[in-house]
Amino acid sequence: MTADLSTTAGSLVAQAPAATAPGTGGAAGSLLAADVPSVVQSIDWLAIAPPTLTALAALVVLVADLFLPAHRKRLLGYATLTALAAALAFLIPLRSGDRSTFCVTTGAQACSYTADHFTVVIQALVLGGAFLTVLLSLDDTRKLPAGEYWFLLLASASGAALLPASRDLATLVVALEVASLPAFALVGIKRGDRGSSEAALKFFLSSVVATAVMLLGVSFVYATTGTLHLTEIAARLDDVAPVLDTLAKTGVALTLVGFAFKTAAAPFHFWVPDTYVGAPLPIAAYLSVVGKAVGFSGLILVTVIAFPSYADVWGPALAVLAALTMTVGNVAALRQNAARARSAVRLLAWSSVAQAGYLLVPIAAAAYSSDEQIGSTVAYALMYAVVNLGAFAVAALVARTHPGNRLSDYRGLYATRPLAALALGFFLLCLAGLPPGIIGLFAKVTVFSAAVDAGLGWLAVVMAVNVVIALYYYLQWTAILFRAPDGAPETAGPDTGSPASATPRRFRVPTPLTTAIVLTSAAGILLSGVPQTVLRFAAVSLF
Amino acid sequence: MTVIDISPSVMQFLLAFIVVAPLLGALAALLPAPPGLRGRNPDQAVLRHGVTVTGAVLVAAIVLAAGFDHDHPATMQATTDISWIPALDVRIHLGIDGISLPLLVLTALLTFLCALYSYFKLPAGPSPKAFVALVLVLESGTLATFAVLDLLLFFLAFEMVLIPMYFLIARWGGDQRQAAAWKFILYTLLGSVVMLLGLLLIGLKSGTFDMVALATDNGRGLTTSVQVIAVLAIGLGLAVKTPMWPLHSWLPDAHTAAPTVGSVLLAGVLLKMGTYGFVRILLPVAPDGMRTFAPYLAAFAVVGIVYGSLACLALARTGAKGDLKRLIAYSSVGHMGFVLLGIATMTPTGVNGALFANIAHGLITGLLFFLVGAVKDRYGTADLDTLAGATGAALYGRAPRLGALLAFAAVASLGLPGLAGFWGEMLTLFGAYSPAEGLSRPAFRTFMAIGAFGTLLTAAYMLIVVRRVCMGEHAPHSRLSSDEQPQQAPRTADGPQPSGAAGSQPSGAAGSPPLETAGPRTATTPQLADIHPYEAAAWTPLVALTVLAGLWPAVLLGLTDPAVQQLLAGGKS
Repeated sequence: MTADLSTTAGSLVAQAPAATAPGTGGAAGSLLAADVPSVVQSIDWLAIAPPTLTALAALVVLVADLFLPAHRKRLLGYATLTALAAALAFLIPLRSGDRSTFCVTTGAQACSYTADHFTVVIQALVLGGAFLTVLLSLDDTRKLPAGEYWFLLLASASGAALLPASRDLATLVVALEVASLPAFALVGIKRGDRGSSEAALKFFLSSVVATAVMLLGVSFVYATTGTLHLTEIAARLDDVAPVLDTLAKTGVALTLVGFAFKTAAAPFHFWVPDTYVGAPLPIAAYLSVVGKAVGFSGLILVTVIAFPSYADVWGPALAVLAALTMTVGNVAALRQNAARARSAVRLLAWSSVAQAGYLLVPIAAAAYSSDEQIGSTVAYALMYAVVNLGAFAVAALVARTHPGNRLSDYRGLYATRPLAALALGFFLLCLAGLPPGIIGLFAKVTVFSAAVDAGLGWLAVVMAVNVVIALYYYLQWTAILFRAPDGAPETAGPDTGSPASATPRRFRVPTPLTTAIVLTSAAGILLSGVPQTVLRFAAVSLF
Repeated sequence: MTVIDISPSVMQFLLAFIVVAPLLGALAALLPAPPGLRGRNPDQAVLRHGVTVTGAVLVAAIVLAAGFDHDHPATMQATTDISWIPALDVRIHLGIDGISLPLLVLTALLTFLCALYSYFKLPAGPSPKAFVALVLVLESGTLATFAVLDLLLFFLAFEMVLIPMYFLIARWGGDQRQAAAWKFILYTLLGSVVMLLGLLLIGLKSGTFDMVALATDNGRGLTTSVQVIAVLAIGLGLAVKTPMWPLHSWLPDAHTAAPTVGSVLLAGVLLKMGTYGFVRILLPVAPDGMRTFAPYLAAFAVVGIVYGSLACLALARTGAKGDLKRLIAYSSVGHMGFVLLGIATMTPTGVNGALFANIAHGLITGLLFFLVGAVKDRYGTADLDTLAGATGAALYGRAPRLGALLAFAAVASLGLPGLAGFWGEMLTLFGAYSPAEGLSRPAFRTFMAIGAFGTLLTAAYMLIVVRRVCMGEHAPHSRLSSDEQPQQAPRTADGPQPSGAAGSQPSGAAGSPPLETAGPRTATTPQLADIHPYEAAAWTPLVALTVLAGLWPAVLLGLTDPAVQQLLAGGKS
C-alpha cells in the first residue's frame, strides 16, 4: 500500500514539472531504467502535447498581455486561436490511439495518461469546442479584460483536454479542477454586472460542493483499494474485504455524485439556467459543450474503467438520473416564456440539461451490456457539440442587434438574414432529431439502440416521450424564424418573399462569427450526408 | 413481360432519381431562378419549377412502371444496395415490387396534380417559394418510404414528411391551423418514435435491418415475445399514421385546417405510409406477433368503419354545422378501417383487398378533397349548413359539371360496383370471411358483418351529402351574373393570382351574394364558375383511373397478388 502510494506520488511529481520545465526528467529516466528499475517515469511528449501546448499558450497569453498596448490586444485572441488550432493539429499523429505515458515502472501495468481513441476523440471535441468559442468571443471581448479572458479560456481548455486522458483519480480530480476553476472566473468576468457575479457565485458554490463530495468519495475508494490508478481500482474492487464493502459502495456513489454535478444531471442541474444567462454568451456556449464533455467523460472513465464491478450500483442509478434529467430539462424548456429577457439562452440552457439526459443513457446501458455502448455517448456528444455551438453562434449574431435575446426577437429572422435563419432552423431540428437534421436523428437512433440493446426498454420509452416534448419547443422556435416580421401582415401577397420589400437594418456581421456559423453548418450538413463520420465511434470499443 | 425493355442499370437510376430529384428540386426552389427561367415573376417561376420537377418525377415513375417486369412482380426490381452508415448497419437499399410500385406511381401522380393545381391556384399564405420546396420534400419523403428496403431508412423517410406537412398546415392552412398542425406533428412523432423502438428491437435481435432478408426469414430468427413487443410498438406508430380508430383524432383537425393541396396529399399518400408499413414490415417480419394482435386490429378496424360512418352521418345532419372537409376526413377513418381489416385477416385475399382499397382511397379521396376545395373556393365556406341553406346548395344547377363530378366521387367513395372503391371493400370483407389459420373464424365473421353494415352507413351519408350539396332549388334568373363568368374564368385560369384575393374571398364567384344571408333563398341564385380547364386537367386523371381500376381490377391485383403471396409465405412462394 505504501509502495503504491509512493509511485502515485511519483507520477504526480513527474507531471508537475512537465507543464512548466520541459526536457529534463524524461530522457534521464529512460536511461536509468535500463539497469535499475527506477521509479522515475518516462514521458511521451507527443502524447501529452495537446493539453500541454494549450497550457503553455495560456501562460504566454497572460504574460504577453502585460506588454501589449491596448489597441493590440486583439492579437491575443488570434494567438489563442492559433494555439488551439496547433493543439488540434497535434491530435493527428495520435490517431492510432495506442500511446500512453506516466506509466508505473514497477509492478502492475498502469499508466496515468493514456491517449487512446476515447481520449483523442474527446480532446478533439473539447479543443474544437474551445476553438469555436474563441471565434464567438473575438468581437465580444472589447468590454472584457482581454488578457485574463483568453488566459482563463485556454487554462480551462487545457484542463478539459487533460481530463479524458487521465487514468488515475488524482490526475482526474486535478484536471477537473483545472477545467472548472477558470470557468468560474469566466462566468463572472463581466465587471459591474450583477447578474454575472451572481451567476458566478452560484456556479462556484455548487461546483465546490460537488468537488468536496467527489473528493470524499475518491478518498473512500482509495481507502478500500489502496490505489488511484483506474485499472488497478477495477481489479481490486472485485474482491473487497466484506468489512470495507459499505465504504467502497459509498465511495463509488459519492464520486458519481460529483460528476453528476458537472454534467448538470438532475437533481444537480439548478445552477445551469442562471449561470448560462449571467455568463457572457460565448462562455455559456463553452459551458454547454466543453463543460458537459468534461463531466460525462469523467463519468465514463470512473464508471466503465474504474468501477465495472459495481455496475449493479451505478447502472440503475444512472438510468434513473438520465430519465429524470431529460424530463426535467424538457419540461422546464417547454415552460419558457418567449417574451422574457434572454429567453433564448435560457431555452438553450434547459435544452442542454435535457440533452445531458440523452448523453447519460448509453453510459447507463453500458452497465447492462458492454463497454462499447459508451461509443453512442461519444457519437451523440460530437453531434451535440457541433449543432449546439452552431445554435449559440446564431444566438450571438442575433444578440448583436437584439441585446435582450428574447425568443420573440427571432421572429422574421428569415426575412432579414435568410442564411442565418436556415442555419438555426437546421441546428434546432438536429437537436430535435428530425429530418432534415439527419445527423441528429441518427445520433438519437444510436442512443435508442444502446438502450434497447441493454434491455432498458422503460428508459427508451421515457426518452421517446421526451423527444416528442422537446420537438414542441424546438419546432416552435424554428417556426418563429420563418414568421413574417413584426409589423408586416402574416398573410401578405406573394411578393413578400423578395428581399426588396423588407428592408432590415443590416449590421455588418463580424468575420469570426460568420466563420463559426459557416464551420458549424458545414460540419452539420457534412455529418448529415455521411453520418458514419461520427457514428463509427458507436460501433467500436474506444479503449 | 415488360411494356418496354429497360436495362437494369437504367431502372436503378430511375428509382434513385425518383427519390432524390424532389429533394434537389426543393433545394433549387430556394435559390433564385437562373436567367432564362425567370418567367413573368419570381412566384410564377417557382411554381412552374414545382410543376416541372414533379412532372419529371411522374414521367420517371411511369417509365419505371413500364419497365417493370410484370411476370415477376414478387421479386424486387431496380434494386440499389449501397452501404451508408456501417456503424448502424444502415444501407441505402432501394427496390420496388408489385406492392410498392402502384403506391409509388400514385404518389408521383398526386403530387404532380397538386403542383399543377397550385400553379393556377396558390393557397393563401406566405411566399410560394417555401410552399413548392415543402411539397417537394414531402414528395421525396413519401416516395422514399415506398422505395426503401431498410428499416432505419424507412424510419428516416417516415419522419421526413413531418416537418413539411407541419409547415404546410401551419402556414397555408385555414382556421385553427396552428393547433391542428401541432396535433398532427406531435401525434405522429410520438407514434413514430415508439415505432423506432420496435424497429430497433427487430434489427438488434435478428442482426439485420434489411427488409428483404427479414421478410425471407419470416420471423424465424425472432422469439414470439420479441415479435409481440415489436408488433405492439411498430403497430402503434403505424396505426397513428393510418389512422386506426382510437388514435385518429389528429386527422379531422389536420384535414379541416390544411390547404386543399395539403389535404389531398395527406389523405392520398401520407395515410398510405401507415398501411404500407403493416404490409411490408409487420406481416412478413413478425407473423407470430401479428397473429397475436390481428383480432384486436380487426376489432379496432371495424369500430373505425362504423365510427367514421356515424361521425359522418352526424356531421351531414341538418343543423350539425358539419364541415365538408372534416366529413371526408372522417370518411377516411372508415375507409382506412377496411384496409386495416383486410391486413388483419392475414390472408392473400384480404391483404390484396387492403392494397387495392389503399390505392382506391388515394384516388377517390384525393379527388373528393380537390372537389371540396373547389366548392369551398366558390362558396367561401365548407360548412354544410351554410352551403346548403334551406333546400340545398344546388350545385347541379349552378355548376353542373362540378356537381356531377362531386356526385361521381361520392358514389365511388361509397363503393359502387364498377368503380375503384368497390373491389377493395369486397375483397377485404371476403378475406374476413375465412381468415388465416390460427385466427378465430367466428370473430372475423362478426367483424365482416359489422364491416358490411358500415358500407351501408357509408352509402347513407354520402347520398345525404350529394343531396344537400348537389341538389336544391336553383333559380337562374340572374342572367347578368352568369354572363360575368366568361370574363372571370380566364383570369383565374391564367396563372397564379395574388393569393390575398384567392384566399379571402370565393374566387371566380365574385357575383355570389354573402351566404350568411342566403338562408331563405328567394329571388336569384347566381351561376357559379364551373370547372376551369386547369381543374379539369388536375382531376381527369383521377376520374379515369377510378373507372379503370373499377372496371379492370386485374391491372392492380395482378401486380400485388404474387408479391403478397410471397410475403405471407415467407419468401418461398
